[in-house]
Amino acid sequence: MQQSVSIRDLTLNFGSVKVLEHLNLDIAQGEFIVLLGPSGCGKSTLLNCIAGLLDVSDGQIFISGKNVTWLEPKDRGIGMVFQSYALYPQMTVEKNLSFGLRVAGMPKAEIDQRVARAAEILQIQPLLQRKPANLSGGQRQRVAIGRALVRDVDVFLFDEPLSNLDAKLRSDLRVEIKRLHQRLKNTMIYVTHDQIEALTLADRIAIMKNGVIQQLADPATIYNKPVNLYVAGFIGSPSMNFIPGTLDGETFTANDGTRIPVGAYDFVTRLSGATKSVLGVRPEHILLGDAARNMPFQTQAEIEIVEPMGSETLAWTKVAGVPVTFRCSSDIPLHVGEKVTVGFDIARGSLFNAESEARL
Amino acid sequence: MADTAAPLAMGAERVDRPGLLQRIFLHNVPAKIAALPMVATVLVVFVGCVAWTIYYSFTNSKLLPTGKFVGFDQYERLFATSRWNVSVWNLIAYGSMSLVFTLVIGFILAVLIDQKIRFESAFRTIMLYPFALSFIVTGLVWQWIMNPTLGLQGTLRGLGWTGFTFDWIANPRMVLFALLIAGLWHGTGFCMVLMLAGLRGVDEEVWKAARIDGIPTWRTYVSIVIPMMRGVLVTAVVIIGSGIVRLYDLVVALTNGGPGISSEVPAKYVFNYMFSGGNIGQGLAGATMMLLTVLIIMIPWAYLEFGGKGRRT
Repeated sequence: MQQSVSIRDLTLNFGSVKVLEHLNLDIAQGEFIVLLGPSGCGKSTLLNCIAGLLDVSDGQIFISGKNVTWLEPKDRGIGMVFQSYALYPQMTVEKNLSFGLRVAGMPKAEIDQRVARAAEILQIQPLLQRKPANLSGGQRQRVAIGRALVRDVDVFLFDEPLSNLDAKLRSDLRVEIKRLHQRLKNTMIYVTHDQIEALTLADRIAIMKNGVIQQLADPATIYNKPVNLYVAGFIGSPSMNFIPGTLDGETFTANDGTRIPVGAYDFVTRLSGATKSVLGVRPEHILLGDAARNMPFQTQAEIEIVEPMGSETLAWTKVAGVPVTFRCSSDIPLHVGEKVTVGFDIARGSLFNAESEARL
Repeated sequence: MADTAAPLAMGAERVDRPGLLQRIFLHNVPAKIAALPMVATVLVVFVGCVAWTIYYSFTNSKLLPTGKFVGFDQYERLFATSRWNVSVWNLIAYGSMSLVFTLVIGFILAVLIDQKIRFESAFRTIMLYPFALSFIVTGLVWQWIMNPTLGLQGTLRGLGWTGFTFDWIANPRMVLFALLIAGLWHGTGFCMVLMLAGLRGVDEEVWKAARIDGIPTWRTYVSIVIPMMRGVLVTAVVIIGSGIVRLYDLVVALTNGGPGISSEVPAKYVFNYMFSGGNIGQGLAGATMMLLTVLIIMIPWAYLEFGGKGRRT
């Protein structure tokens, strides 16, 4: 597949602080990439480098096969959408959309046509003569997307575009961005700290920490086969359960002595001898009752806290001496203090080396 | 003021007729009682004194405000006096130049300081320092600097540059510019600080968006940033404008109206006639004309700014 954006050995220093170090990333034509990570992980910095808003210290950036490392943002063939919308407040929506094109000296007919097309795609035609102050947050963000759209570019950059919106609008606009991507088929690079946005929108997710990409994979792989403890803990809500212990062959012994057979686990690397390691199981891979009986590991557990969430119920308990949460259908009645049989679906679990934190 | 007036007026329309008076006098009584001293001050000091001034400007009062009514005599005399006419023209010329240059220089300084330069706060302090000095001190300092025999001209000539001339303060045609230099030195720093606050209020992402759109920096300032700074600009114009209209102490300290009457200003004219010329009627006529000028400028502006329901952005 053709590369749309390609980042080679990108390094960025602020003074003596290394924000990004030898970062490589290849993004295919039409791909939707999400850069995901906590604040301060360098994801926005990376996006600003791609946009040309920050000068890189070392390395190269290619967009559509062209080396754009030292080009001005406007010449890179990108459009960008910001968290604060960044609309020009004294201009009407129409002027907001057309201002860049008018400054570039484009013929008026062409500008009108592009503005009309963007307004049609985003359904903001009735708003064209209004000023940003008279728009709701969702409408403003649509206008901001429109401003990227009229530039008719290859690559769209989104810098936490939904973070200023309330939960309902956020999920509406999320679907719209996805629809937009399916219709336009442009390359999109999207920065967020919200894992739901990342999982729902992305073709591939790049999880970042301290300026380094931890894992770059499709959402299912990221979710089911995290490469290290950091990724495993970051993705998923509630978080994956971690049980520290020792792995020897096909038996995992928790720190309190509980033995868990892990023969069903699909090892990446086979280790010989006993290794300090961590067993990770997602809350939905801990099963109850009859389903638990077929699992390689079962135990009795006392329920400590029950959190009904409507469609499902979260329960807190203790297994092998550590707190464990599990998720089950809300049809199953659970009571605090009740003893239940839980079974771990080891085949869908994860094992990590306790020292290197890498997946085993 | 319009902010509070508009909802009040709307509220009053909704109230039934029997409740209206009650509402005006009894609604929120503690707040109204608390505002009474200020209301009294405004009525007595501002409205009362203005009325007093206007009334006595129509009398032939000399040393004491006791004269009899003489109609527009004082005004006829005022506009027949060349010293007054020179004062008015001086104020117009100085005022327009001062307003424009203070805003432009203040804005440019603010833009320069906003470039994330080193020692920003040191520069800011240096620029703002003159504003901490009174106009009297400013005037005296610049009088020394611009004095042809003692100041810059004398020093440079003493150093051997005998052709150097800088005698604006003694030159009737240039003295207004001497005044302008001192005024700008005093006021631009403050204007810069106001503008800087306005520039800092502009979201950094707007700048980024403009760069992505390929809008040149100067164009971003002119078309996007300055319109966003409207509130700061209005504040700056009001502060600079009020300083211009009451221009008095700088002139007294720097030139004392000279050479001749070439740097006279209206406030000085009014002061001289009221307190040393012993002609209160003439002084008050001048004061009334100053008030009228301010109103002529302010009323259309206030109408544009606050008039028309819901037109404000």
